[in-house]
Amino acid sequence: MNTLPQELSYTTTHEWVRVENDTATIGITEHAQSLLGDLVFVDLPAVKKALAVGDDAAVVESVKAAADVYSPVDGEVIAVNTALNDKPELINQEPYGAGWLFKVKLVGELPLSLLSATDYQAMLNEEE
Amino acid sequence: MGKRTVLYDAHGDMGAKMVDFAGFDMPLHYGSQLEEHHQVRLHAGVFDVSHMVVVDVLGTGARDYLRYLLANDIDKMAHQGCALYSCMLNEQGGVIDDLIVYFIDTQHYRIVLNAGSAQKDLQWMESHVDHYALSLQRRDDLAILAVQGPETLALLTSLNDPFITETLHTIARFECADSDDLFIARTGYTGEDGFELIVPNKRVVALWQQLCAAGFKPCGLGARDTLRLEAGYNLYGQDMDESTSPLCSNLAWTIALQPAERLFIGKSALLAEKERGVAQQLVGLVLADRGVLRSHQRVVLADGLEGVTTSGSFAPTLGQSIAFARIPKGDYKQCDVIIRDKAHKAHIVKPPFVPFNSSKTP
Repeated sequence: MNTLPQELSYTTTHEWVRVENDTATIGITEHAQSLLGDLVFVDLPAVKKALAVGDDAAVVESVKAAADVYSPVDGEVIAVNTALNDKPELINQEPYGAGWLFKVKLVGELPLSLLSATDYQAMLNEEE
Repeated sequence: MGKRTVLYDAHGDMGAKMVDFAGFDMPLHYGSQLEEHHQVRLHAGVFDVSHMVVVDVLGTGARDYLRYLLANDIDKMAHQGCALYSCMLNEQGGVIDDLIVYFIDTQHYRIVLNAGSAQKDLQWMESHVDHYALSLQRRDDLAILAVQGPETLALLTSLNDPFITETLHTIARFECADSDDLFIARTGYTGEDGFELIVPNKRVVALWQQLCAAGFKPCGLGARDTLRLEAGYNLYGQDMDESTSPLCSNLAWTIALQPAERLFIGKSALLAEKERGVAQQLVGLVLADRGVLRSHQRVVLADGLEGVTTSGSFAPTLGQSIAFARIPKGDYKQCDVIIRDKAHKAHIVKPPFVPFNSSKTP
């Protein structure tokens, strides 16, 4: 089992969040990409779109299945990872790095529902 | 826990991600479904398809029985050692299953059934034995491997097995040969040249390891599905079932209406359907927009009529998304497919999407 990046926050629906000042970068976890298999298509949100916690934000599709990506935070989309349009496999290769999905300018507080790396790992262990 | 093929542990040892298929725990992939797909198109791969069910039809009545049971005519097989694809129909002309039948000798035909429908197939087959002098023998003692791809011949030759080497150079596509403990057929479900090997369970682990050592890469059911879709092969239960006839499933070519005096189950329903006019057709779709087609998506035609996708995926060889769709009869060129409430343009084509043996075709 790979160790999770400790500095990130996680959701029960397998998104990760990196918070830097008032910006959150969002992607899907190693566990999520592994369940999906080879990714072939990503539908990213429009820049300037307002997102609330739990909103459908993006869709990632593997050869086998489509999965919704839910916004883990409240805010406005300020950037999307357009490199994924040609290379969705970046999500498989570097889910916490070059495979990021979108960035949000945060509004208000971070939701209490976000999990620490320890809590997310505990959830994965329970699922197994 | 699902049923397991004899190779279950071997799959685990090779890092397979397992998935339920027709009640069996089967390999979905061994790391990357896309790599396995390309491996078969460009080199060679091996699939464990031992979940499929082998049934031997034995006896002097075998020929007459199968000519009544199957929609295709086994007399098209000109000599022993031939293979034929056929549908088995109900009285309404719906497809109970699709299958391959092998002509081993005049008192021995071998049928390979889909795993998910094998039980109902066997009940149906038993119920029609009637006066025919034959027995049906389910061969759960046999395993099936499919070796597929342009390098298959070279890799099989490198095994230095005299029977295999001789057979490779004597059988053409849709032919087969049998020895004591190895049955070889030049058939497959990938759109590439290749062979299906039927062997006793007790021999299959060693053969699997031999094939992998020779250079065949293990491939899972994920790649098998994208390969067959690109090749234009239907999947039973998705693209046709008991409620659809071969006539609206792009399988009219598998129905032998000649010779006219041959009666087979479902024939009168098919003739009536032709008489009325076949209302629907199964076509290929190529998505013009970005996105991925899946089964059960709405298809909207220019005149407002609608259809539905039956199978869909990303096509790794084409780098585009493709699907089969059942739509009303008519000369349509394009359609919209509704994906997550949005219309996406698709072109309507006649499968296959990737021609047979494509890497060898300049």
